[in-house]
Amino acid sequence: MLSTYQYPQFDYVRPPELASADVRRVPVVVVGAGPVGLAAAIDLAQGGTPVLLLDDDDTVSIGSRGVCYAKRTLEVLDRLGVGQPCVDKGVRWNVGRTFLREQEVYNFNLLPVADHERPGMINLQQYYLEEFLVRRAQQLPLLDLRFRNKLLALDVLDDSVTLRVDTPDGAYTLQADWLIAADGARSPVRHLLGLEMAGKVFHDRFLIADVVMKADFPHERWFWFDPPFHRGQSVLLHRQADNVFRIDFQLGWQADPEEEKKPERVIPRIQAMLGPERAFELEWVSVYTFQCRRMARFVHGRVLFVGDAAHQVSPFGARGANSGIQDADNLCWKLKLVLDGKAPAQLVTSYNDERTQAADENLQNSTRSTDFITPKSATSLTFRNAVLELARQHPFARALVNSGRLSVPTVLTASALNTPDVDAFAGDMVPGASADDAPVGVNGQNGWLLRHLGESFVLLIYATDPAALVREHGAQWALLASAPIPVVVRVVTPTLGASEQGDAVLHDVAGRVAERFDARDGTCYLIRPDQHIAARWRAFDLNVVRDAVARATCTPT
Amino acid sequence: MPLNLQPNLAEPGRRYFRAYTPGDDFYEALMDTHRDLTDAQSAMVNAKLILLLANHIGDLSVLREALALARAGVADAT
Repeated sequence: MLSTYQYPQFDYVRPPELASADVRRVPVVVVGAGPVGLAAAIDLAQGGTPVLLLDDDDTVSIGSRGVCYAKRTLEVLDRLGVGQPCVDKGVRWNVGRTFLREQEVYNFNLLPVADHERPGMINLQQYYLEEFLVRRAQQLPLLDLRFRNKLLALDVLDDSVTLRVDTPDGAYTLQADWLIAADGARSPVRHLLGLEMAGKVFHDRFLIADVVMKADFPHERWFWFDPPFHRGQSVLLHRQADNVFRIDFQLGWQADPEEEKKPERVIPRIQAMLGPERAFELEWVSVYTFQCRRMARFVHGRVLFVGDAAHQVSPFGARGANSGIQDADNLCWKLKLVLDGKAPAQLVTSYNDERTQAADENLQNSTRSTDFITPKSATSLTFRNAVLELARQHPFARALVNSGRLSVPTVLTASALNTPDVDAFAGDMVPGASADDAPVGVNGQNGWLLRHLGESFVLLIYATDPAALVREHGAQWALLASAPIPVVVRVVTPTLGASEQGDAVLHDVAGRVAERFDARDGTCYLIRPDQHIAARWRAFDLNVVRDAVARATCTPT
Repeated sequence: MPLNLQPNLAEPGRRYFRAYTPGDDFYEALMDTHRDLTDAQSAMVNAKLILLLANHIGDLSVLREALALARAGVADAT
């Protein structure tokens, strides 16, 4: 049915293990080459860890699935080398319209926040994201991506995992120090280990219809409550790449999925919605239900669960793929330090602590949206409609309309890896927050702050006179850079001219670093490889930085 | 003071990183209050809630304004 996208078919290659009686041991096996598994494998491989990525299929995600990728995800994808193709292919929208019955209740314009490299979100079909990630994965010599390799069995030992893997040419056995389960909502790894998920099933069905518009249609997000063309339910319309529009119809629990999927039933519904003058072609139809639930723990010895395998949310708020990619972002630098023998396994446990907190926040937000969109009692329906009626005129009620809260990164305020503040700071860049972006100049070229953070720990130091600071502390910074867990110092200066002293100095061209980080002369931020803030001070002190690095990596001082 | 129609919900002393959080916290608490009640029971809870909040607000001019806005459009709505 799909006319705008040609599915790639990736080559299966006969694994060399089939020809050998020896059982090969590898540092990391990732199961599942969806967006999350690919992100994890790319992150590890580009950081120097050999990775084997197994997928039981040989193409990308079929049909209409993930749609919306938020700014934080794009920043992670930038670090993985695929942010630009996603932004180039994806579409942006700023205007959202909310309708109740026949009328528009109100509209909003999500003007992009100034001076960030990436927009608040893009819409892009999941298959494009996966295709870009696969292309990137195939460039990495340390990443062995194996299609049509299906996990059959696994045995979890104290210090390794043994896997049995099936291929078109027969089965082979592998040993891995660590296994990352990125194998989706129905996770075979989870089932093989007999692990459960707890949570809430929503008794509702949704129909997805992707349509190709034959003429221009506004680049807006439209959300209807109880529309005349679909009484008593909700409908969401938004645009993806290739002039494809995704429409989500709430069907209710009693609906017959097979009946609802029939084009003769879907097409009149869309015609009623768009109006008779709009020509379109139906590209994809499916029916889905969803659950809001998570595993109690994401770390089970040497098996690490990420993405939908670990947690599932309702689609409202785009928190599935977005949170999964942030799982990988959180996990991979920790796993690398542990694999390199520089940090104890306890650091991997912090992945569980930080990302279960994030999962709970995502579950809470997506459950709240679901409860607002699909009220389950007469009273909750009355309140919902009262909010919408009041929202026609009153700003306070607009703030309560919840048709999905866009995915934003969790501020890991409770993390044991944070060093609590001892100095006073204003703003949101608290320990545990992911660092805000800002424009910076490097050697007269315009760039972005986040492009200079990540991969290793970074100590960001704000200085009005960088040369004086280098004279005073340069020798100590060299000690940080050559430590077993290196910390790279990056100096940011507000002073034009002071930045033209080499690559190490960033010029705060728009003053946004000072503003967003409440930075002044001497302010230091210790930033983790995943761009989250670990600690901050008003002045540099070698020993407190070392203590904070130790704390952020669970290593003894 | 006239009736405040701007977003105004917050828990004192709590730090919010997202503007929508306090409103969503309240709405969830409101829905939870009605959980597992019959429609008649919910109507009773709502009536008691209005009386409690009205007494807390106290200012009758504010309450009259809210009463008028709450009723506006309801009698002729579909």
